[in-house]
Amino acid sequence: MEPVYKNPKTLIDTPTHYCPGCGHGIIHRLIAEIIDDLDIRGKTIGLAPVGCAVLAYNYLDIDMCEAAHGRPPAVATGIKRVHPDKIVFSYQGDGDLAAIGMAEIIHTASRSENITVIFVNNAVYGMTNGQMAPTTLLNQRTLTTPQGRNEKYDGYPIRICELLATIDGSRFLARTSITSPKNIIKTKQLLEKGFKSQIEEKGFSLIEILSPCPVYWRMNPNDAMKFIDDNMTTTFPLGIFKDWESQN
Amino acid sequence: MSTEKNQKLLLTGNEAAAEAAIMAGCRFYYGYPITPQNEILTHMATRMPQVGGTCIQVESELAAINMVHGSAAAGARTMTSSSSPGISLKQEGISYLAGSELPCVIVNVQRGGPGLGDISPSQADYFQAVKGGGHGDYHTIVLAPSSVQETADLVFDAFDLADCYRNPVMILGDAQLGQMMEPVVFNKKQNPNLYKKPWALTGANGRRKNVIKSFYPVKGELEEFNAKLQKKYRQIEAEEVRYEEINTKKADIVIVAYGTCARICKEIVKIGEKLNIKIGIIRPITLWPFPCDIIRRVSERVQAILTVEMSAGQMVEDVRLSVSGRCPVHFYGRTGGGIPSPKEILEKILEIIPIKEKVTCAT
Repeated sequence: MEPVYKNPKTLIDTPTHYCPGCGHGIIHRLIAEIIDDLDIRGKTIGLAPVGCAVLAYNYLDIDMCEAAHGRPPAVATGIKRVHPDKIVFSYQGDGDLAAIGMAEIIHTASRSENITVIFVNNAVYGMTNGQMAPTTLLNQRTLTTPQGRNEKYDGYPIRICELLATIDGSRFLARTSITSPKNIIKTKQLLEKGFKSQIEEKGFSLIEILSPCPVYWRMNPNDAMKFIDDNMTTTFPLGIFKDWESQN
Repeated sequence: MSTEKNQKLLLTGNEAAAEAAIMAGCRFYYGYPITPQNEILTHMATRMPQVGGTCIQVESELAAINMVHGSAAAGARTMTSSSSPGISLKQEGISYLAGSELPCVIVNVQRGGPGLGDISPSQADYFQAVKGGGHGDYHTIVLAPSSVQETADLVFDAFDLADCYRNPVMILGDAQLGQMMEPVVFNKKQNPNLYKKPWALTGANGRRKNVIKSFYPVKGELEEFNAKLQKKYRQIEAEEVRYEEINTKKADIVIVAYGTCARICKEIVKIGEKLNIKIGIIRPITLWPFPCDIIRRVSERVQAILTVEMSAGQMVEDVRLSVSGRCPVHFYGRTGGGIPSPKEILEKILEIIPIKEKVTCAT
């Protein structure tokens, strides 16, 4: 009998360091499945960020490079320019991409660098115990917004897909979540579209994934998923914000 | 322009640095405009497309050094350049490059500081060049040219040194060297594929995956890695020291100076002869590894050593460490775009060794 559900070859069979209920494990698996499905394991190079996914190279069986905090798009650019025939993706959190790395992501999009960015938005700095992120929701409590994020004091959350959609070089931009099997399947389709955009040399693609951080949201994993559906998606609506296919 | 081997060209130091990089097989350059090194970026913007290379004018110095990180990790010869404030910005990235053992070349055409300073020649980045510069225990190999020809030669060698030791190499020039024009011949043989890079990221087709990283979170691993780095640095110190020695054998006083300052000091040797003062010069070409041994040996037989810099006194600290009290070490420096004149340096020498005393010594 052929097993219909098995470990992807590209996902290394090892325990991860992620907290219970964290979304990174699901997203890693989706990436590994896509690399297997597209048969690109031997030509894919990944960028691990600084943040919770700093050890992503321990879990994915592909060539990978570390990047300083916020710099994966710049490092990815340096790799892609050397190897335009390889598939290069960066994997970044909200602090990495939308705070310290904002300049790099905007200019990498403006150059329409032919790479794929996987942007994991969990609205908090997880690695450093739960401070406010640029994507923290208004009224959301974190270690550095103990009374809840106040727009007058802390500013507003930043919507990356909408921001990058104003840049001509952005070719495929989508926001998705992993709160249900249906959303996970959708996320996989969008990630695959991101990789295919690169294979077909369409230019810069970014898939933003709303992902739970139950530990630093001080919630149980079920409530964390519900928080994404009920609260996060009102500030960060799901959808496709740019698509080369429908734009001609 | 197209450069052929042994062709004599009249170039600025900046253009020579850029062209030498291309001759050395560098095909990936990333730069941000900052005076006085702009000619490197503009030269690359013209030349890289002609040779099938890449030149990106980046959004920041951070992006530049991190693109270098990517291209180095991908196995290519790669370079960035800047001037002092921009080098400060790159230092985090240089630490990551050193920590990831990635070969690359960084050109620093120094200008005056601190802060925005000015755009005049300076040597005030010595500390941030030779002492690591960013966080952690590491070194970049630092090469200090004193002419346009030597700029070309050292940029060429820098790529070999970087590949040989898997380490960043910095060319430490200054506004004067970058801007002035001199004849230059590109006479070195190009051999960019001398060093195999099985560690590079090329896609793990048919092999185990490669990972480029500087992160060692498991207790003990980082110390072990640092020990490996230190071992490499000791090897570089043992094998790669370069300096020029002029007239030191019977010198009364020896000047230690590098780059532009060394050129000026060479003028004084002949003037000294007329005054019956024997002046020698040690010109460090590698600032790290520093030529400690020759300075120590010379310090055992001279009356004094004078260090001349376009700084408030940076390299002089390494000279004092090398001398370790064997003879007095004096310092003369100018800052903020001031360039020491031969007259000023001579006056300083006469302060240290008055002519009268010299005559007494001779009799």
